[in-house]
Amino acid sequence: MKIQNDNQWLYTISSKHKLFALNFKEIWRYRDLLAMFVKRDVVTLYKQTILGPLWYLIQPLFTSVIFTLVFNNLGNISTGSIPPFLFNLASITAWNYFKECLTGTSNTFTKNQAIFGKVYFPRVIMPMSVTISNLLKFGIQLLIFLGFYLYYFIVGSSVEMNLNILLFPVYVIMMALLGLGLGMIISSMTTKYRDLHVLVGFGVQLLMYLSAVPYSVAEARLKFPEFVVPFVEYSPLTQIIEGFRYMLLNSGDFSWMSFTYTLVSSFVIFLLGLIIFNKTEKKFIDTV
Amino acid sequence: MNDIILKVENISKQYRLGLIGTGTLRHDLNRWWYKIRGKEDPFLQVGEVNDRSVKGESDYVWALQDINFEVEKGEVLGIVGKNGAGKSTLLKILSRVTAPTQGEVKTKGDIASLLEVGTGFHPEMTGRENIFLNGAILGMTKKEIKQKLEQIIAFSGCARYIDTPVKRYSIGMRVRLAFSVAAFLEPDILVVDEVLAVGDAEFQKKAIGKMQDISQGEGRTVLFVSHDMTSIEALCSRVIVLQNGKIALIDTPQKAIEFYLKSDQTDDEINYVNVRGDKQFYIKKITINGGHNRNNIVKSGSSIKMKFELNKGLLPEELKKIAFYLIIKNELQSPVLTLSNMYDSSFEYSKIATRYLECEIKGINLTEGRYSVTTWLTFNNALSNQINDAFVFEVIQTDFYKTGKMPSPREHGYMLLNQNWSCS
Repeated sequence: MKIQNDNQWLYTISSKHKLFALNFKEIWRYRDLLAMFVKRDVVTLYKQTILGPLWYLIQPLFTSVIFTLVFNNLGNISTGSIPPFLFNLASITAWNYFKECLTGTSNTFTKNQAIFGKVYFPRVIMPMSVTISNLLKFGIQLLIFLGFYLYYFIVGSSVEMNLNILLFPVYVIMMALLGLGLGMIISSMTTKYRDLHVLVGFGVQLLMYLSAVPYSVAEARLKFPEFVVPFVEYSPLTQIIEGFRYMLLNSGDFSWMSFTYTLVSSFVIFLLGLIIFNKTEKKFIDTV
Repeated sequence: MNDIILKVENISKQYRLGLIGTGTLRHDLNRWWYKIRGKEDPFLQVGEVNDRSVKGESDYVWALQDINFEVEKGEVLGIVGKNGAGKSTLLKILSRVTAPTQGEVKTKGDIASLLEVGTGFHPEMTGRENIFLNGAILGMTKKEIKQKLEQIIAFSGCARYIDTPVKRYSIGMRVRLAFSVAAFLEPDILVVDEVLAVGDAEFQKKAIGKMQDISQGEGRTVLFVSHDMTSIEALCSRVIVLQNGKIALIDTPQKAIEFYLKSDQTDDEINYVNVRGDKQFYIKKITINGGHNRNNIVKSGSSIKMKFELNKGLLPEELKKIAFYLIIKNELQSPVLTLSNMYDSSFEYSKIATRYLECEIKGINLTEGRYSVTTWLTFNNALSNQINDAFVFEVIQTDFYKTGKMPSPREHGYMLLNQNWSCS
């Protein structure tokens, strides 16, 4: 009766870990939990507020107005034939999704230590749920953008989409992967030393200015000091924001080269994030 | 038979004490440097045995060391130990919350834990929504929860509030709801850590009953940690005693509990300081169950032997004028009962000089709690020697009535009496 091969065991708990130990089967088994977390985030966000989801609209609208005033009116940054407000709104809509994913996942371990310290479930469910529930916010902001788009279209401004719009889902995925990947890296690294946590707040701000959010890459090439330009050009985020504006507003430029570069680097950062996250999740509760 | 569902091999867990700061970084770099050269972690060699009360030299401590055991399918394994013996660390490793420093745990079934109920409740969501959320966190699928929803709500007794946000709940109601969700889990191995000490008396009874159902009725494998010896004795088939992070004993519940209680006694000496009386005769030394501890831990229903040494030998006629009383008081300092040689008709005065008085109680019929004993020695009706709170015995609940049910001292009084019930 006593046949005991090691492969009979369902799973093993030990201190050793594989470099890449993501158990997809297990995540699939916990899919209902993922759905519950997403539901929780969505349902509870507006409890006891008067304006509710309207808050989502106010923030990008006001930021766009300010950006237009400061960068375009005051700073004379050219947006070509595109209305500056629409240009900024497009950039901010895209940027916000990335930003929300990054900041929402960058404190996964510290924020959830109470629950992580008591029950086991695949930890990666938590940041994944943040990324998914942020999609809703992104959707709402995209709707308001489309509203203004329509308005400018009717008024007769020169706005047009191009065929790249077919790549829209890919861009969303890239933003999600980037935000999630970076977020997981930061959350893993802040479990023991909180230094990075301090950085996230203003780091995100800096990244925004470096990633061609309030200006186009062409403008950057024209006006930035030479040594800064590569930073702007090679930031995968720049390519995403620029690509986003390209397909929606037909402004700026697009090349399959840079598209592939962005796609690959998003995946690399995401995988790197997963690896670091997996390495951390086993023992973080002792050091957090 | 002999179907091993869980195997724990050489589990050790090291913790770093103190604060995390710049100094930690130095150790981390050091460790990393060893690691990339393929060497063993240098700090694994320096850890000390985990004794909470003794201040150690090293910053590293072994919370668990070389833990080995196997659990068979359908078994209920109890884990007992003092605070800080490593019980919770062991459960945390078993429930995959943290990884061991060394060693492996192999399992053939899902492990779900009831470590602490109520984590993962979202205050803004209704009770119903929270049942789904909490169930999912514990590993249930939506379908499973839906099937059991009515049962869960009924068991919690919160039906009226089920569509109200949990933030409006009282603490007790939250605990009830949380336990109810967890109680309807169906893992292969269930890990339970002290969750029964929740809710009011009525719910506690319900919870313990449910635990018994799970372990005995449904034949589930259960790992059960508790300080409550009654439930350990009633529920478990084997018990592990942990001491300073090591396994001290694995045995039947009776033997393990006995071993644990003995090991748990502290070494404080009996105090003879708190004294009144003319001290013509006085108690010089007290021996309880062969020891000289001030704190004595006894199981309810077990026997206790006390021996009192007097300062000098008593002549037979002197002895006849002696009355010796032991006043047993409860935690509230109210007397529960008094023992005395005056109350024993079979007490025989010896013909020669005596130095020792002895008293044996067969079966302490007291409910759990701390009882202090004041000794009172009179000679010729005059107080000769009184020692207030000379010693203490802590009565630990066991399955006195052999039914798994015990009255609680505060509500039901301090006495236990064997009784016969019948119906006609």
